[in-house]
Amino acid sequence: MNTLTPPEYLPEKTQGRHFRAEKFDFASFFFTGLTGLATLLILAILAVILLNIIINGWRGLSWHFVSTIPKKDFFDIHTTGVLPMIVGTTIRVFVMTIFVLPVGVITAIYLTEYAANNSLVTKIIRAAVNNLAGVPSIVFGLFGLGFFINFIGKNIDAVMHNPSAVWGQPALIWASLTLAVMTMPVVIVATEESLKAIPPGLREASLALGATKLETILRVVLPQALPGIMTGGILAVSRAAGEVAPILFTGVAYYMASLPHHVTDQFMDLGYHVFVLSTQSPNIEQTRPILYATVLVLLLLTFALNLVAIVIRARVRKKLRALG
Amino acid sequence: MGIHRGHHARPVEWLAEKFIFLVSLSAIVMVFLIFLFVAREALPLFFGETNTALVQKPIPTADLDKLSPAKIQQYLELTPAQYAAMDKDTLKSLMDVKQEAQDEIPEEFRNDPDARINTTEWRYLILPHQWNHYDKPEYIWQPVGQIQKYNIIPLLVGTLKTTLIGLFFAVPLSVGAAIYVSQMARPRTREIVKPTIELLSGIPSVVVGFFALLVMATVLQKLFGYQTRLNAFVAGIALGFAVIPVIFSIAEDALTSVPRAYTQAALALGASRWQTAWQIVLPAALPGVFAATVLGFGRAIGETMIVLMVCSASVMSWSIFDSARSITTTIAAEMAEAVSGGPHYRILFMLGALLFAATFVSNMIAGAVIARFKLKLEGKK
Repeated sequence: MNTLTPPEYLPEKTQGRHFRAEKFDFASFFFTGLTGLATLLILAILAVILLNIIINGWRGLSWHFVSTIPKKDFFDIHTTGVLPMIVGTTIRVFVMTIFVLPVGVITAIYLTEYAANNSLVTKIIRAAVNNLAGVPSIVFGLFGLGFFINFIGKNIDAVMHNPSAVWGQPALIWASLTLAVMTMPVVIVATEESLKAIPPGLREASLALGATKLETILRVVLPQALPGIMTGGILAVSRAAGEVAPILFTGVAYYMASLPHHVTDQFMDLGYHVFVLSTQSPNIEQTRPILYATVLVLLLLTFALNLVAIVIRARVRKKLRALG
Repeated sequence: MGIHRGHHARPVEWLAEKFIFLVSLSAIVMVFLIFLFVAREALPLFFGETNTALVQKPIPTADLDKLSPAKIQQYLELTPAQYAAMDKDTLKSLMDVKQEAQDEIPEEFRNDPDARINTTEWRYLILPHQWNHYDKPEYIWQPVGQIQKYNIIPLLVGTLKTTLIGLFFAVPLSVGAAIYVSQMARPRTREIVKPTIELLSGIPSVVVGFFALLVMATVLQKLFGYQTRLNAFVAGIALGFAVIPVIFSIAEDALTSVPRAYTQAALALGASRWQTAWQIVLPAALPGVFAATVLGFGRAIGETMIVLMVCSASVMSWSIFDSARSITTTIAAEMAEAVSGGPHYRILFMLGALLFAATFVSNMIAGAVIARFKLKLEGKK
């Protein structure tokens, strides 16, 4: 009855993954090539966009173009210029920096120097920062309209008994504040990274010499972290410089005859101008050169800033690696 | 001097610490305020306080005293603040004006059943409705004209359409590139390629939109030969450009953070580089790749300028070669025309709140997945 037959469930050969590196592995070759191609395609997209803009934009770029305040009809290629847009974009990101840098840096100081790493408050702050980074830019625009203009601005007007709306209307200050809220996570994350890169030994040495925690932060930690904080500021600026959606309802103007003088003035903006030129032009073929030139100016502005930030960040990372 | 403890010893230190703590709460406060103030402007919609019905049953002016303040506010479309500032005579004359306005409605609308509908009720916002002169119930977003139609389904479809096209394009490309850069490429190549791809995120979305509008739309139309030059397909691909650096960056980080020992063990057992990447590293990093995709989704759903520039007609169609109007586009394009405090304005804010909720949830999911992933890699779970 009990004859010794090999049980049927035993496979004839042992199964398992066969890694055959010694033979030419077609799959390996094919898929490596495929992922390489994906990388190349992304790089190609980047190159095509940049080259297209540089080649077409270069011709329209002139000193006259970047230094002229255009007339009401800014679609005319010969008399147009982008000076008010460059000024408007620069001022709005500059005002934004004044607000976002202190708040962002102090938050980062709290998170790295004071906070207990796994306390509930810290976790909630981190979650809030992450969420803030993911909120769509148009929602920031709505927030700016609903909070800064309709709530704060209107109330300032009511308190000051202004006969007509001065603060309760789209303005440079509200656009800058909206952008400051939007770029807060950028500053926080960059500052935190640079604070973490500072060896704890430095802090301990300072404390051991009798300095208080605050003195240590102000005199030892912050000076060391300065490049990282600058990176954060620059990244925030370059992110904000190209954003259009948050300022649509909070301060940008289609046309202004003069440069903004006061924080309650509206302003013209490079990114918004690109949008206007590409969607509202009476003759897109004719205005193409000024459109390309404007895009190039915007790109030069944001890329120059990005490049600086990337170089600084690479240095900070290298330092971090050398220490670790 | 005795031994002081706590804030008695170093009052400045104590104050500074409290101050720093308070400032650091601003991120929480901001998230809260954003939701509060975006939702606040949409609130009357939820309480049914808006009424867009063109023909309303007029209330005789003499009945003013019998009405409750809330009823008057709704009837005269007043905010509580406006109502409080008015005396009885103003209210009476407003009611007269309302009566006259009702009398002046053209005859064609007087007999139109649609003119008696409050189009901001939920069933008209979400369900299809058979409007007068239409053959069948339809989803229509048409916020202009005498009878404004606010069905948000075409906008949701438009958003999903462009977002999904963008993700279908961006996810394989950026995950493929992330695998290549983190696993296959030589370290030197990696150091150049990674920052270069991240440079793509430095291109403002208005520039991507411009490029899609002027260059890509024409090229893609020649390639695929479809009818409408500006459609959801072009917008989706352009959205993909904006999403690629987000997904690539996070996926690459996740793949790189898989412990060296995994790779070394696989290679030592004779696996090829590709087999190691595909069978060992990718499965280990899958949660990170998933989180990258979710964050990419959040980014794509919230992108405004690209879709605004490339296509804008709100048509109810699932075809990718038709136009589409996303939620963000609608808010950006129509907020300027919407009367502050009117039903259109409220609905746009409600769409904003919806968008905020959608990205909030996707951020939460991605954050939780990444946190668990890190714990797992550290061997704590």
